[in-house]
Order: sequence, then C-alpha cells, then structure tokens
Amino acid sequence: MTDERRTTHDVVLETKKLTKIFGGLTAVADFDADVRAGEIYSLIGPNGAGKTTVFNVVTGIYRPDHGNVIFKGADITGKKPHEIVRFGIARTFQNIRIFPHMTCLENIMAGQHCRTSAGLWSTLFATPQKHREEEKIRETAERRIRQVGLARFRDELARNISYGSQRMLEIARALATEPALLVLDEPSSGLNAGETDALMKFLRELIANENLTILLIEHDMNVVMGISDRVAVMDEGRKIAEGRPEEIYNDPRVIEAYLGSEDD
Amino acid sequence: MDDSNPSPVRRLHLYETILLFAVPVLFVVYPFAVNDYYIDIGFYFGIYALLGLSLNIVLGEVGLFDLGHAGFYAIGAYTTAILNTKLGVPVIILIPVSALAAALFAYIVCSPIIHLRGDYLCVVTIGMGEIVRLALINNFLGLTGGPNGVYNIDFPSFGGSFVIDSSIEYYFLIWIIVGVSIVGLIRLQHSRIGRAWNCIREDEVAAGTTGIDVRYYKLLAFVLGAALAGVAGNIYASKLMAVSPESFTFWESCMMFCIILIGGMGSIPGVLIGAAFISLFPEIFRPFAMYRMLVFGVVMILMMMFRPGGAWPRRRGGADLPSLFSRMRKSHDG
Amino acid sequence: MRVAVEQIINGLTIGSFYALIALGYSMVYGILKLINFVHGDFFTLGSYLGYTILIFAAAFITAHFGLWGGIVCAMLVAALCLALTGLVVERIAYRPIYPAGRLPAVVSALGASIVLQNAIMVIWGPRYQAYPAPMIPNLHLLFFGINITLLQVVILVFSFVLMGILYYIIQKTLFGASVRAMALDRDTASLMGIDFNRVILFIFTLGPALGAVTGVMVGMYYRQISFTMGWNYGLKAFTATILGGIGNIPGAMFGGLLLGVLEMLGAAYISAAWKDVFVFIILILVLIFRPTGIFGETTAEKV
Repeated sequence: MTDERRTTHDVVLETKKLTKIFGGLTAVADFDADVRAGEIYSLIGPNGAGKTTVFNVVTGIYRPDHGNVIFKGADITGKKPHEIVRFGIARTFQNIRIFPHMTCLENIMAGQHCRTSAGLWSTLFATPQKHREEEKIRETAERRIRQVGLARFRDELARNISYGSQRMLEIARALATEPALLVLDEPSSGLNAGETDALMKFLRELIANENLTILLIEHDMNVVMGISDRVAVMDEGRKIAEGRPEEIYNDPRVIEAYLGSEDD
Repeated sequence: MDDSNPSPVRRLHLYETILLFAVPVLFVVYPFAVNDYYIDIGFYFGIYALLGLSLNIVLGEVGLFDLGHAGFYAIGAYTTAILNTKLGVPVIILIPVSALAAALFAYIVCSPIIHLRGDYLCVVTIGMGEIVRLALINNFLGLTGGPNGVYNIDFPSFGGSFVIDSSIEYYFLIWIIVGVSIVGLIRLQHSRIGRAWNCIREDEVAAGTTGIDVRYYKLLAFVLGAALAGVAGNIYASKLMAVSPESFTFWESCMMFCIILIGGMGSIPGVLIGAAFISLFPEIFRPFAMYRMLVFGVVMILMMMFRPGGAWPRRRGGADLPSLFSRMRKSHDG
Repeated sequence: MRVAVEQIINGLTIGSFYALIALGYSMVYGILKLINFVHGDFFTLGSYLGYTILIFAAAFITAHFGLWGGIVCAMLVAALCLALTGLVVERIAYRPIYPAGRLPAVVSALGASIVLQNAIMVIWGPRYQAYPAPMIPNLHLLFFGINITLLQVVILVFSFVLMGILYYIIQKTLFGASVRAMALDRDTASLMGIDFNRVILFIFTLGPALGAVTGVMVGMYYRQISFTMGWNYGLKAFTATILGGIGNIPGAMFGGLLLGVLEMLGAAYISAAWKDVFVFIILILVLIFRPTGIFGETTAEKV
C-alpha cells in the first residue's frame, strides 16, 4: 500500500487486555491490539482461536469480562451494538446475516438508520424533512448498491440472490452506516476464486478511496497476504504474533500454531 | 463495479387498477344498499380490521408473537366504559384517552419482558391477556363490574349537535378510523421505522449491528399496536353501550393472530382479507348452524395448506400497492 | 398447617393433570417447534370418550371387571382412540404445512383445535356432561387429620408412574436419546440416521394418549366436563411447559406440578378468584429472571 497513508499513525481502535470467558473456557485472554487509521489489519489463527469472539466483543454483541475497547479515544466497552454502530464501527458476519425477506435496496437503506432521525410524528404526518431524509437514505443506498455491483437486484428479495452477491450486499449495508472502521468476518468464505479476486480488488479500492479502516478475519492466506497492511495471529485466545504479512508468513510460532491444528 | 440498471418498472395490472378504485367505492356504497343487520356486520368487519392492523404492527412488522392482544383491546374498552359512566367524560374525547391508556399499559407491562425470545414472549403475552381478563371478572378496584361488566355507555357525539347512534354512522366512524390508520401505517412501512421493524423480524442480531435499537423499536411496536387496539375498544364499547369480560378472551387474541397469518404477515390488504374472513365467514355460513365453526376450522387448515404465506402477502420493492399508486400518480403528472 | 398440606396435595393432583398434558405440548414443541394448540382438545376428546364408555357400558363392565376395571377400560379405549386421532391430525393438519414454517402451522393447529372442539360439541352437545357418580370410587381417607380421597391417591400414584415411565423412555433409552437428539438439531439427527417419522409417530401417539388418560382422570375428579375445557387446561399446561423450559421433558413435569401447587396455595391463602392471576404473575416473574424457564438452557446465541 502507499507509504503516505502509513505516515499517519493515529490509532482508530485499541483493545486493552480484552478477556472473554464462556463458562470455564477462556475464549479470549488479555488481547491487546491497535488498529491504525487507513490500514487493513487482519486477524488470523486456527479455528477456535477466539477471533470471532474478539469481533463480537468489539461490536458489542458480547460484554468482555475484563479489558477495554477504545474507539477513536472513546471507551466503548460494553456499549450496545446499535450504539457502537453510531460511533462508527460496522461489521459483517461469518455466516451471512442479511434481511432475507427485504429487498436488496431496503437491506442497504437499513444501514442508514443510525444516520437519520425521522421519528413517529414526522413519519405519520409525512413532513417535508422526513421526505428529504428519505431521499437522502435512498440516494446513499443507491450509491452503495452500485458500488458493490448489485444495482440490477435492487428490488429483488435479498434471499433470492447468490451467496457471493449476498456477501457484497452485507458489506454494502455495513458501508451504508458510514463507518470509520469496517469489521469483516471471513468475507471470502464461500466465494469462488473469481469472486475472491473481485472482493480483494473491491477492498483495495475501498481503502484507497474512502476514509476507512478495515479489520479483517480471514482464512484465505492469499487474501491475507494480498491486502493486509498488518497481521495479528491468535491461538487459544491469545495474540502470539503481529507484524507485516511477510514477517508473519515466516514466523515459526505461526507455522507451529497452524500445524498444531492441522487435524481440526 | 458499476452496473446501474433502472429497476424494471412493473405496470399496474388491470385487476389491480380496478381493485384500487372499486374497493373504496364498494365500502362507501355498501351501507346504503343493505339493511341495518348487514351494516352491523360491516361494522364488526371494521372492528376486526382495526384490531388486525394493530396486531399487524407487533406480529406482522416486528414478528413478535403476541397472543394477548385482546388485553389491550379490553383496556381501551374499559377505559371508555368506566370514565364515561362514572365521570361522564364524552366518548369522543375518550378515543385518544383510551388509546393512551392502552399504550401506557403496554409500555409498563412490556418493558420488563421485551427481551424474551419467541415463544417465551408469546406465553407472557398470553399471561398478560389472561391477567387483564381475570382482573375484569373479579371487579378490579370495584370499577369493572365483574362478569356483568359496565353498561349504559353513551354514544359518541360531536359537541352535542351530531350524535353517532345509528348503524350506518357507526359503520362510517369505524371505517374512517381504519382508513386513517391504513394511511399512517403505509407511511410507517415506507420509513426508517418500518424498515427497522422488519429488520428486527428478519434477524435481531443483524438489526442491532446495523444500528437499530432493537429494544426501542420493539417497545414502540407494542405501544402503537396497543394504542390502535385501544381505539377499537373505545368504539366497540360505545357501539354495544356495554362491555363485559367475555369479549376479551384468549380466543379473541387467537382470532386476531389468525387475521394476520391468513392475510399475510405485514400486509395491509392481507389484514383486510383476514379480518373479512374472521368476521364474515361465520355470518355467511349461518345456515350451517352448529357445523359452521367446524367448516371454519377446516378452511383455516386448508388456507395454510395452499397459501402458507397468506392470502395477500406483502410485496416489496415497487411491486406493492402504495408504490404502484405513487407511480401511477407520477405517470399522470408527467 | 393442615390446610397447607391439604392444599399442596390438591395442588399436586391438578398439577399432575397439567404435567401430563404439558408433556404432550413439550414433546411436540421439542421436535417441531410448534405450539400444538390442538393438544388441549385431545384431552377433552379423551375425557368424553371415557365418559361415553362409562355411561353406556357401565353395567356390563362393572359386572365383568369391577369398578376399577371399568375405569381402566375407559382409559385404555380413550388412549387408543386418541393415539389414532393424534396420528390423523398430524397427517392432515401438520405434515403438509410444517415445511412452510412454524407460523402457518400455528394457524393450522388453531384450525384443527376449532374443528375438534366443534366436532365434540356436535356429537355430545354443547352442555356440560357429568361423569356417572356410581362409577367413581368415593372413599375419604384420613392421615394424621389430613383429609384426602382415595381417588386422589390413585390419581397421584398413577400420574407419577406414567411420568416415571416417560421420563425413563426419554432420558434413559436409546430411542429416547434419538428423540432428544431430534429436538436439539433435526438436520444433524437425521444425518445420523435417526428416523424422523418414527419420532413423529411416537410423539403424536403417546402425547394424545397421555392427554386422553388425563381427560378421564379429570372427568372423575371434577365429575363435570365441557367441550371447551381443553382450552383452559391447554393454556395452563402450555404455561407449565414454558415455566419448566420449553421442549424439556423433566421441566414440563416439574412445571405442571409447580403450577398446580401454586394455584391451590394461591386459592387458599390469597383468593380463589385471583388464583390464576397469581399463577400468571409468578410465570412472568420467573421469565423475567430466567428468560428460558426454570430448566431451560441459558446458552448465548452463537453468532
């Protein structure tokens, strides 16, 4: 990636000693990380390493047992998911979670919810502000649906489009919340080689053209090595390595972590 | 990655155009063409339509299983009955008061239980409805009159000059309210509020991570739904001039539930079809005497067998009636 | 103290009715995730069938098998008929519909309930029917000053035996394990070779049969039966199911017994008229603090 982008080292997201315990199982232990503005930061590791749990804590689905999540200087630990979206963190899910019986455009329009404010009365009385706001929602959604190349499915129910398209739709919905940090949980899983290439190109363009930071969980090493600025490796709930992709690629600890999990 | 294609504009089918104009005309002409008995049937159809619309917000739009909706209906009816007979408050003023009372009740009761999922919420709403009914039977605070209920409720009047006291006037009163509610609900469906409701119905977790305050919008649905049911209660009470607990049973809640599913979740035309089925069917099949409810049950099963999505499922993305209507208006302007 | 013990025994008696009906709800819910509204009417139908047998064959049966033989006969016939009815209802009202989702199935269940209820009304008439008094054992027992009827003792013992058998089948046998597996994850269970149809056959014969037996016991206990009583018992039993944790077999038994005892204690110490309000308030409080019932698993949703 370009060098001038990396000169600004503002930390967007910081986790401090993040710990999450389920029953007796420590899913995440003392996880520290700092994601810098404008970078693509990837989280890798064998299955069950705690990556998705980190995501769920960051996006407010789980409350951590210890530790803090700091976003752009504000402590957002334990806030509810919809509050965290307002702060500027949007996410996608490993198993796509779109709104199946709504149209693709409506799915994306839903993302604008947190950036709009029309209430009950202005809706019931159809005030001019409400109309203007609705226009704005529609324009944003139209722009995003073109951006991910799904405009032709605008009025199609989301459940009727292909799996790959649903992934892009989910990303478009996340983008419609106008996030500063985009959190993607295995965006390439279930995609074929062509779709994966398109996704990588899309993410590169996204980071180049928009004021955005991306936090990524990914299993496909081509994707990780191809687009990440930095990579963190997790194993058994802990961060065992962090660095540039090429450093990680040759790190013996990483190789061990992966080989040790070969059979799962 | 740009493939801007205009969405294929679906044109109005002929039958849809006809329906769009014929149905309202039919509703206006109907009471002038039949006797009071049939006008009253039309009135009860209207009551069920309003109840259906109110439950549709909770069940159809947000997907919350509410099998105690008769409780809100009862709160509206008894608020009207008690305040009118004890304090002499005019019935017409009690329309908004009943709506507020039911809404407030919904807010208080639902706040602590709104986080419950699916069937657990369902059984709590059943319990809530039963508590209301039992409280009415037991002459709660000496106000509800026990099993006999409250009677001698006034007719609604506008400043004493125009009194609504005939079948035809009640018919128009209920259908005007239904009409106004439909306009409001269509506006809600096509707003960020309606979309937020639908998102919650589709996937609660994803709705939260898309920025929707799940708890707030669920409560809003209950409060709005209860308010509309409260209005229905008000009109029902003044039409009968009396209220008694047997009008607000679990059975009544079940029938409201069926209105939504027979019509189609979240579909306003569907609610009208479902309400028509529930209110007109037993009348049409009156000649079958004691067998009519048997037939009614069989038809319910058959409908779910052949149209599990409802008689008129909600269409989306420009294929629904309101969008067609607005498009038609635009093409007239252009 | 004496009153309390008597009320607890009364509560356990009606609680065992709720528990036996709740088992039917819980088994169906566990497998199909469906609130089986028709189950209360299975119970009613069983009660009417038992009534008919006791009325029409009274002289014959008592002459040959004695008083208890007559009652056992009534229960057996009612249970067999209801097992059959259960299968028929599943075939007609559920099987074609549950692929379409659980909500249409709820309406279909309500439809089936209306059909059954009205069929009962058409056949036996809309008025109350009374179980024939001479057919019911009428012996009062006194234990340490506590008044209890022989019928209650028999009902309690019999109910607990039935619950014990079902508990054993579900929790201890291989077949029971397959039912529980099906309830946990139908797709995986099917992949493991568990026959869905066998499980369905089991729950839709055993559930209604248990309901029918309960119906006969309720008829003997209260003497009066009506064609709408299934709603009330069904509602209570369903509440019991939720109270215990839906789909959980021991939970349904416990929930039913607890509900019965609460109801009777409420009737004795608060007010007979407000006893059901008391029960529902307890239910709501339990769910506020344990959102998945007393025995329900409190697992976080996997995201």
